[in-house]
Amino acid sequence: MADGSGNGRVTAPGVVLGGMLLIVVVISVWLFVSDRYWFPAVASAHGPAIDGLFMDVLIVTGIAFIAVQGLMAYFVFRFGENGDERASHWHENAKVEGTLIAITAVTLTVLVFLGQSVWASIYFSEPPDDAMIVEVTGQQFQWVFRYPGPDGVFGRKDVNMFTETNYIGLDRSDPAGADDIVTLNQMHIVLNRAVRLRLHSTDVIHDFHLPNQRIKQDTVPGMSLEVWFVPTVAGQFEIACAELCGLGHYRMKGFLTVDETEDQFQQWLDEQLEFQTADD
Amino acid sequence: MSTTVEHAHPQLGFARKYIFSTDHKVIAIQYIVTAMFMAVIGGLLSMMMRLQLAWPTPNVRPGILDPIWSLLSNIMPDGIQSGVMLPEFYLSLVTMHGTIMVFFLFTAILTGGFGNFLIPLQIGARDMAFPFLNALSYWIFLLSCIVILAALFVTGGAPLGGWTAYAPLSALPEAGPGQAEGMTLWILAIALFAVSGLMGGLNYVTTLLTMRTKGMSMMRLPLTQWSLFITATLGILAFPVLLAAGILLLFDRTGGTSFFVPGGLVMGQQVLEHTGGHPLLWQHLFWFFGHPEVYIVVLPAMGIASDVLSTFCRKPIFGYRMMVYSMSAIAFLSFVVWGHHMFMSGMSPVLGSIFTLTTLLIAIPSAIKVFNWLGTMWGARIRFVTPMLFALGFVSMFVTGGLSGIFLGTSAADIAMHDTYFVVGHFHLVMAVSPLFAGFAGLYYWFPKMFGRMMNETLGKVHFWLSFVGAYIVFHTMHSLGVVGHLRRIYDPSQYEFLQPIVGMNIVISMAAFVLGAAQVVFLFNFFSSIFWGKKASVNPWNATTLEWELPSPPGHGNFGPELPTVKRWPFDFSVPGAEKDYIMQTESPKETTSG
Repeated sequence: MADGSGNGRVTAPGVVLGGMLLIVVVISVWLFVSDRYWFPAVASAHGPAIDGLFMDVLIVTGIAFIAVQGLMAYFVFRFGENGDERASHWHENAKVEGTLIAITAVTLTVLVFLGQSVWASIYFSEPPDDAMIVEVTGQQFQWVFRYPGPDGVFGRKDVNMFTETNYIGLDRSDPAGADDIVTLNQMHIVLNRAVRLRLHSTDVIHDFHLPNQRIKQDTVPGMSLEVWFVPTVAGQFEIACAELCGLGHYRMKGFLTVDETEDQFQQWLDEQLEFQTADD
Repeated sequence: MSTTVEHAHPQLGFARKYIFSTDHKVIAIQYIVTAMFMAVIGGLLSMMMRLQLAWPTPNVRPGILDPIWSLLSNIMPDGIQSGVMLPEFYLSLVTMHGTIMVFFLFTAILTGGFGNFLIPLQIGARDMAFPFLNALSYWIFLLSCIVILAALFVTGGAPLGGWTAYAPLSALPEAGPGQAEGMTLWILAIALFAVSGLMGGLNYVTTLLTMRTKGMSMMRLPLTQWSLFITATLGILAFPVLLAAGILLLFDRTGGTSFFVPGGLVMGQQVLEHTGGHPLLWQHLFWFFGHPEVYIVVLPAMGIASDVLSTFCRKPIFGYRMMVYSMSAIAFLSFVVWGHHMFMSGMSPVLGSIFTLTTLLIAIPSAIKVFNWLGTMWGARIRFVTPMLFALGFVSMFVTGGLSGIFLGTSAADIAMHDTYFVVGHFHLVMAVSPLFAGFAGLYYWFPKMFGRMMNETLGKVHFWLSFVGAYIVFHTMHSLGVVGHLRRIYDPSQYEFLQPIVGMNIVISMAAFVLGAAQVVFLFNFFSSIFWGKKASVNPWNATTLEWELPSPPGHGNFGPELPTVKRWPFDFSVPGAEKDYIMQTESPKETTSG
C-alpha cells in the first residue's frame, strides 16, 4: 500500500472538520434564503435591477461556494492518514486545470455583461425631460436640500455669505435666488416623477444614501455630481450618510417623503416658501 | 572553511546577539513578537467596538456589563464618560484597529516575520543580502509602532477618519477631534512604516535573486519563497506611492498646500484658505497603494498555506507552475483594480466599467489557486495537526471571503453593498481572517525551528476550533448585516429605522467576537509558555522536505555548517512511489526512483 493505491481513512478530526464545513454551508444558505435578512423594501424604478443582479451573482457564487466547501468537506472526511499508507503522487493535469480556468473565465464574463447592462441603465442614461431637480448639499452633519422655486432657476451662492441659518451661502438678493426653497434634512419628491439630484458638499466627503431607493453617491467638495431616479412607492423613507465624515456621521440622517400627487408636493413647497419668506 | 565561518560569526554579547542583532532569525522573532503585541492592542480596540455595536445606547445594555463599562470609564475618561462611549472615541477605535491590523500586524508579521526567518533558511543562504539594512528596517518599524500608539495619547485622541484617511477629512485639522495631532502622528507612523517596508522589500528581492544556493533554481523554490519574492516586489512598487501621498497630505495640513483640498470649503462659517486641490486624488493614490497592499498581506498567506497543506497532505502541491503563474498574475493585476474601491466616489462611471472588468479578471488566478489547493487534498493522507487545521481553515475562509468579493467587484451590485457590513465581512474574511489563519499555520509549523521546542497540540486544537467557529460567526454573518443595509463606521446603528432587523444579529456577532478574542489568549499562553517549557523539538518534526528541516532546531548564527547545501530536487517530493520514506529532502540526490 506504499504506492498510493490505498483508500485513506475516515478520521475523527476529518469528520469534525468536514461536518463543520457542511454546517457553514447550511447556515449560509439559510441566511441568504430566509427573507429575514434581506434588502429594505425597494422603492425606485431602477432598484429591482440592482436586486436582481445581486440575486444572479448570489446564485453563481452560491453554487461555487457549495461546490468548493462541499468538496473540501468530502476530502478532509475521506482522506485522513492511514498508518503507513501513502498518498497519491500526482501533481499536474493540464486538461483539468484548463477546463476549470475556462469555466471560471466564461462565468465571470457573463457576470461582467450582466453587471454592466445594469450599470449602463443607471449611469449611461438620460433622465426624462419632466424630471425635477433637487440640489443636495452634505455638510457636517446635516443634509441641505434646495429647490429652484417658481422661476425654475437656482440662485447664486457665495462662500462668504454662510451664516448659522444660511447653510449654503445662498444670495437672496439675486433675483433667481429670492424664491429658492431651502430645507434641512427634509426632502419631498413626487411619486413616479423622475428626480435629478445635484450633489455637493461644503466641507468633507459625505455620501447621499437612500436605502430603499438603492441610491448611494458620494458628495464630494469641489465637485458637482448628478444622479437620477424615479420613486415608485409613496411614503416616508430614511436618508443616511454612507461615507465617514466625522464624529456626527452616525446621526447625519434625513427624511425623504414621496408625495402621492403633484398637488401635495406643491402644497409642501408653498408652505416652505411662506415659512422662509416670513423668516427673512 | 569552518574556521572562516566561525570567524565570520564570532561569539557576541547578549545585546548584540538578541537585541541589536543582524541575524535574520533574531530580527524575524523581533518582528513577530512586536507584531503580536500590536495585535493585542488592535484586538482589544475591536472588542470595545463590538461592545458599543451590540448595545449602542445605555438603555439597551444588560446590567451585567455595568462593571466593564465603569472599568473602561476609569481607564479612558476622555473616551468613555460615565459609562457612555463618545462617538469620536468609537471612530478613533475604528481607525486605529484598521491601521494597526493591516500594517503593524499582517504586513509586519507575514513579510517582516516569516520573510526574515524563512528566506535565508529555505534558499540555503547564511543571512540576508544586507543584514544591517535588515536590522535598520526592524528598528524603523518599531519606531513607527511607537509613533502610531502615541496617537492614542495626544490631545483630541487618535484620528477618526478610518485607516483609509480620506481627504479632506484627513487634511483639515479642524474637521474633528483627533484630526489635529493624532492625524499628524498617524501620517508620520505610516511614512516610517513605508520606509521600513521598502528596506525589507529591497533586501528580500536581492537575497532571493542572488543568494540561492547551488541547485536552487527559481522553479525549485518552496511556494512560500515565491510568495515572498512577489510580495517584496509589490512592496517596492507600492510603498513609495503611499509615502509620497502621506508627504503631500502632511504638506496640505502644515505647509499651506492644497493637493487634496478644493477651494470654497466652509467650516463653522469660516471660509478655508485652500484652493485648487482634488479630494479624489488622495483616493487614487491611496488605493493605488492600498490594493496591492491587500495582496502584500494575502500572497504570503497563500504561499505559507500551500507549503503547509502539501506537507500534511503528504502529497505534492497540485499545479506548482500554475501556482507561480497565478501569484504573478495576481500581483500584476493588483495594480489595475484600485478603482473598485471608488465606484461611488464620483469617479467617471466609464472607469467604473473598466475596473469591474479588471476586478473580475483578478478572480481567475485566485480561483486557480483554490482549485489547486483542492487538487492537493484529493487523494491525500491528511495529518490533522494544528498547523494543518489552520491551513485548511485558511482555504475555507479565503473561498468564502473571495466569493463575496464578486458582488462588490460588480459595480452595479456595489451600489447597494458599498460602505456596508457586506464590505466589512468580505475584507475581514479575505484579508484578515485568512492571513491570520495562514499566519497561525506558519507559527505552529515553524515554531520548533524558531525556538527548538514544540507548541502544545491540545491547546493548539482548542485555539483552532474556537477561532474557526468564532471567525465564521463574526465575519460571515456580517454579509447579511450588509444586505439589510447596515452601514460601516456607524457608532449607533439603532438611529435608523431600516436597521432594526439586525439588532439581534449584532449582539450574536459581539458575543462570538468575545469568544474569538478569548481564543487568542489561549494561543498567546501556548506560544510564550512553549518557548520555555515546550517539548524539545527534533530536527524535522513534521517530516518536511525543505532545507531548514535539516538544520538543528534552532539553527545557529550563519545557519549552515561549513558548506552550503546543494539542492537536487523540488520541495514537494511526498509519497513518491517506491521511495524509502514518504518524503524526500530537497538535498537528496535523485537515485533509482524519482518523479517529475
